[in-house]
Amino acid sequence: MIKIQNVSKSFGSLDVLHDISTEIGRGDVVAIIGPSGSGKSTLLRCINLLETPTKGSIFIDGDEITAPKADVMKIRQKIGMVFQHFYLFPHMTVLDNLTYAPVKVKGVSKEAAEAKARDLLARVGLSDKADVFPARLSGGQKQRVAIARSLAMEPEIMLFDEPTSALDPEMVKEVLEVMKGLADSGMTMAIVTHEMNFAREVADRICFLDGGRLVEEAPPAEFFTSPRSERAKQFLEKML
Amino acid sequence: MFDFAQIVPYIPFILNGIKVTLQVTLLSVVLGFIWGSILALIKISNIRILKWLAVAYTSVFRGTPLILQLTFIYFATPQIFGYNISKFEAAVLTFTLNSGAYISETIRAGILAVDKGQWEAAKALGVPYRQMMIDIILPQALKNILPALVNETIALLKESALVSTIGLADIMQNANIVKGTIFRYFEPYLIAGALYYVMVMLLTWLAHGLERRLRRSD
Repeated sequence: MIKIQNVSKSFGSLDVLHDISTEIGRGDVVAIIGPSGSGKSTLLRCINLLETPTKGSIFIDGDEITAPKADVMKIRQKIGMVFQHFYLFPHMTVLDNLTYAPVKVKGVSKEAAEAKARDLLARVGLSDKADVFPARLSGGQKQRVAIARSLAMEPEIMLFDEPTSALDPEMVKEVLEVMKGLADSGMTMAIVTHEMNFAREVADRICFLDGGRLVEEAPPAEFFTSPRSERAKQFLEKML
Repeated sequence: MFDFAQIVPYIPFILNGIKVTLQVTLLSVVLGFIWGSILALIKISNIRILKWLAVAYTSVFRGTPLILQLTFIYFATPQIFGYNISKFEAAVLTFTLNSGAYISETIRAGILAVDKGQWEAAKALGVPYRQMMIDIILPQALKNILPALVNETIALLKESALVSTIGLADIMQNANIVKGTIFRYFEPYLIAGALYYVMVMLLTWLAHGLERRLRRSD
C-alpha cells in the first residue's frame, strides 16, 4: 500500500534520512523505533509530505505522491496524522474539531459529519466532551480527540508521531488502548514510538532506525528476542 | 476667567463633529484592517516581488509624517490624477493607507506567533492554504493581537484630529471654528478634549467585552 523507495532527506548540510526503502501493506501495523535524532519522525512526515524527500520516491497504492504534479491535498486527505503535542484547534469545540475538515474539505453535510463525529467520540470514550473546548481536556483526552479528528476524515492510513510522549504516565494507557482498537479494526498504521511493550504487542513489524538509516526490519518476536544488528542490541539493552 | 455661558450655544456645533470623527475612524480602521491583512499575507508568502513591494510600502508609510501624507493626498491627487478628491475621501484614504501599514506588521507578527503545529495539523487534514488561513490561523492570531489592534484604533481616533488641517469638519475643526468665532480657547478645546476622551473610554470598554468573548475557549 505504501512503498518507500530510496528516500533520503537532508536539511541543508544535515543528512537526516539516508536511502531508506521499505513497504507497508494494507492493514499492517509498523512501529518505527530508534534513538532520538535517528530520523523516525522525519520518515513518518515524509509519508504525508509534511517533509519533502530530497531524493527517492514514495508510492501510495501505486501512485507516486512525491511526483511534482501530485495533488498533495488529496493525498493528505487519505492519511491521518496524530502528533506528539495533539495540535487540536483551540478556538473550536471538540465537536467542531472533528467536523471541520470533513465539512470544509470533503464537502460532507453538517448533519452527517456530526453524526460521524459523535460515533467517533463514543469510540474513544469521550461522548460527554463534545461541546467543551480543548483547553478543558487532559492530555490523554486531547490525544484521543486528536485521533478521532483524524479518523473523521476516514483515512486509509494513520500515522502516529510519538503519540504518548507528551502524556503523563497514567494517561498513556487510555491512548494506547484506542490505538490498539484501531489496529484490531484493520487500519494501516505507522507508529513512531518509545513504548516498547506496545510495539511488541501491537505491531506486525518493527523498523529500527539509527543515524538516518533503516538498520533492521523484523517481526517484533524476532526483533526483541534476537536482534541481528549490534546497534539494535545496544538500543534494546538501554530500553528494556 | 472661565465663561461657559458663552460656549453653550456652540456646543451642538462641536458635537456635530463627532459624526465625522467617528466616520473617518471606523471606516479607516475597517478598511485599514482589510488592507493590513492583505499586506500581512503577502509578507509571509513566497512571492518575492510582492513581498518586496509590501515591505517598501510599509517602510514609506511608517517613515513619513501622517500630516504630510494627508496633505499630499488631498492636494496632490487633483494635480496628478485630475480627480477632485473630497476632504472626506482624502481623510479616509490617508488613514486607511497609513493604518494598513502599521496593522500589517501587527498581523504578520500575530500569524507567525501561532504554533507551527497548528499549520501542520491543518495541512495533515488536507485543508487548503486559503481555508487554513481563514479558519485556523487568523482566528488564533487575531485573539493574540486584539489588544494591539485596539491600541491602533485608539491612536487612529485621536490622530483623526489631523483632518482639521485640510478643513474637514470633525470635532477638532469645529472647535477651531468656535474658537475663531468667540475668541476663546479654553472652553471649546476643553469640550473637544472631553469628547475624544469619552470616545476612547467607550472603545476600551467595548474591546474588553470582545476580548472576554474571544477568551471563552481558554
